[in-house]
Amino acid sequence: MAVNAAAALPRLVAVLAVAAFAALPMAGLPAFYDSFFYLVFFWISLATSWAILSGFAGYFSLGHAAFFGIGMYTTAVLTTWFEVPVLLTIPAAAGLAALFGVVIGAVVFRLRRLRGELFALLTLSVTFVIATIILNTPIDGGAGIFMSAVPIPNLLPTPTGSIYLMGFVLCVATLVIAWKVAHSRLGMGLYAIHDDEDVAESKGVPTFRYKIAAFALSAGIAGAVGGVHALYVGFITVAGTFELTVPLFVVLMSVIGGARHWFGPAVGATFITVLLYAFISGGEAMVGRAIVGVILILSILWLPDGVIPAAKAWFARRRPAPKRHSAEVAPVVPAARPVGDRNVLEVRGVTKRFGGLQALSGVDLDVREGEIVGLVGPNGSGKTTLINVISGHYPLSGGTIAVDGAQIGTLSAHEIARRGVARTYQIPRPFTNMTVLENVVAAATFGGAPRPAREIRDEALHWIGFTGLSGKEEMLPAALNLHERKFLELARALAARPKLLLLDEVLSGLNPAEVDNAIRLVRAIRAQGATIVFVEHLMRAVVELSDRVAVLNEGKLFALGAPREVMRDPRVVSIYLGKAYAA
Amino acid sequence: MPSATLLGQALISGVLAGGMYGLLAMGLSLSWGLLRLVNLSHFALAFLSAYIVYELGTKYGVAPWWSAAMVVPLMFAVGASQYWLFDRFRVNELASLLITFSFAVIVEAGIQIYWTADYRRFETHYATESIKAGPFFIPVLDLTMCIVASVLAWGTWMWLRKTYVGKGLRAAAEDADIAAAYGVDHRKLAYILSGIGAAYAGIAGTFIALIATLAPAQIWAWLGVVFAVVIIGRLGNPMGALLAGMLIGASESLAMAVLSPAWAPVVSFSVLIVILLWDPEWL
Repeated sequence: MAVNAAAALPRLVAVLAVAAFAALPMAGLPAFYDSFFYLVFFWISLATSWAILSGFAGYFSLGHAAFFGIGMYTTAVLTTWFEVPVLLTIPAAAGLAALFGVVIGAVVFRLRRLRGELFALLTLSVTFVIATIILNTPIDGGAGIFMSAVPIPNLLPTPTGSIYLMGFVLCVATLVIAWKVAHSRLGMGLYAIHDDEDVAESKGVPTFRYKIAAFALSAGIAGAVGGVHALYVGFITVAGTFELTVPLFVVLMSVIGGARHWFGPAVGATFITVLLYAFISGGEAMVGRAIVGVILILSILWLPDGVIPAAKAWFARRRPAPKRHSAEVAPVVPAARPVGDRNVLEVRGVTKRFGGLQALSGVDLDVREGEIVGLVGPNGSGKTTLINVISGHYPLSGGTIAVDGAQIGTLSAHEIARRGVARTYQIPRPFTNMTVLENVVAAATFGGAPRPAREIRDEALHWIGFTGLSGKEEMLPAALNLHERKFLELARALAARPKLLLLDEVLSGLNPAEVDNAIRLVRAIRAQGATIVFVEHLMRAVVELSDRVAVLNEGKLFALGAPREVMRDPRVVSIYLGKAYAA
Repeated sequence: MPSATLLGQALISGVLAGGMYGLLAMGLSLSWGLLRLVNLSHFALAFLSAYIVYELGTKYGVAPWWSAAMVVPLMFAVGASQYWLFDRFRVNELASLLITFSFAVIVEAGIQIYWTADYRRFETHYATESIKAGPFFIPVLDLTMCIVASVLAWGTWMWLRKTYVGKGLRAAAEDADIAAAYGVDHRKLAYILSGIGAAYAGIAGTFIALIATLAPAQIWAWLGVVFAVVIIGRLGNPMGALLAGMLIGASESLAMAVLSPAWAPVVSFSVLIVILLWDPEWL
């Protein structure tokens, strides 16, 4: 009971706060309070909507004013030209802004290069272009739009109260959406995209679709907020709508509060709005702005991750509640089977060109169910490229690849991952802002079949134990050593329950004892029924582990057969050590 | 369609006005490209310099070149101390953007408190002088500015290309740790570069004082265009920044002449969007 009460308390506070704020305009306070709190809600909604794309997924946008402005002008035009009731224009504003988000995203998200500052600049540019078009067309015409004749919906007795209520409802809805996203599959995918988009895709996250969804949500909410704000400001001009302060303020608010946390932007927005107001009402508006600037600099320098994450870390340090991690249900693991006759992987005439460089030219390779195939060859022979092509990281230049009889050559990486292909990276690439447990849970969620969250967590814990990482569940990957990070890679790959596991130099950089450990682990993985293709330079491991060895040289399959025979083949020796040693 | 003379004149004024974009873009491009710091306060520093030149000129009758001789070293010091802050707190690209934005807000507030929000104009007799070349007029000030910008761009470019300091900076921009292992004192070079970037803001500010009308909010007016110029000219390349500035200036000016002045902003940003999406090899 006590535990329930503790969990119910925040919920109760939230419900009471919502009720209190909803009833505020009826309290008979001066209209000033409606207006002030409306502005707080306005900035909370705007900053939170920005964070859904830019904070969660890390696509830093400076173009939020564009979607906000589209919303404002949609409502302004619909109400003044066509006399549409205000409440009907808000969904239209949201829809149009979201549509713009989807169209821009559909173009921009196809280009891998356009991340970071370039995405920020591109979105900023889009804002200026949209602003100029609105200014020069009859939508605005340079004169601005007066909303004074537009009837404000009679939600409450006073017009300011009604606008307040609309702003409040939007704010609560935005926070609910942000919370939902942060705790959903979409949110997990967005966080993964934030940390490492390529890895997210290879773990089964449909990155393109998720980014579009986040962009649409973010833009749509901004559009709705703009629609309501059009009523609040009453007179809409291009200069006032598309000004730089909107994108910069939402960025600052989110960053100060913590852009990766669903509630961070709300904290930052409240803080800055109150701060700005406090100084501006003090009569020294300019001094106030300067002081706000100073506070911003200090908070970014000392709290680079934002207030909410800093506060969470502080609480965690003060009350180190030892969380016990134990799987409640042992996952059902298939028993070991002998190597089957069925081909799990069929590679036929695969070629890959990078510009003029022929990395793979006509590789054929069959891998049977339950088999371990070692992939060896000199540096530059195309081993990692083959792994990258099979896992869908690079598109094929020619040939076909089938997994379990289904063609995967033209699929994107996340679809291939969903069909049971998992991979590890030579240099471990964990999601850096997620704990060990979250890393494995994300891989299990997007790689495996849809299962309840509880089952996924249990399975993740099982694989963490299996790879010897128990007790490190709550650590960030940065706290692990190379050996452990390599095993985290394995745990992530295993959690997806792959049919086919592609290992890229799991042993490189490990000391002899760790290598023995890893070899045992790979055997244990095969014993569970997985088929493994592994790239390795360490010949001892290749000979000990593989059923068959495939030798690549200059992008071609050079030799294929039982490990000891292949490694004794004079031709194979010659490509490794030169002709003199081949005799 | 306007006459050929008008178009020619628009082209000339556009290229010359673009020199200002280039001049502003150079400092920004250097710190972004070589120090991985996006310095939004660059514009604020340029306007602060412009106001100081204006103040010295109108109140004390100091000639602009003497004012520049004072302002430029001052800005160098400001830029170097900014780098101290970034280095001390290991500021990344994103945080640098936010911090320098805040810094620009502070400078803007300071300017507004001291000089008020009124429009200011530094009247000089050479502001209106121009050379007549055939049917075209070439304003002397704009021409001087473009010559100064070209000399600076070329000099900086050669400095980065040919000297040890420049090569060290470019190496450190690629990978600071590896460069340090080869004996490049990244910090020292970064202080110099950050100072030079800000000093360019001082030079740009001197010309802003002579050519433009000053108001605190003007700090933000060129932000978008100049960022577009920085990207088009390629990060860290001063010659590219100048040429991109002139290209954008010319296309804006032509758009104004052919369409209407209000369409000008679309030009630079459309060029930027097209170039980002097109992703040519030289970028």
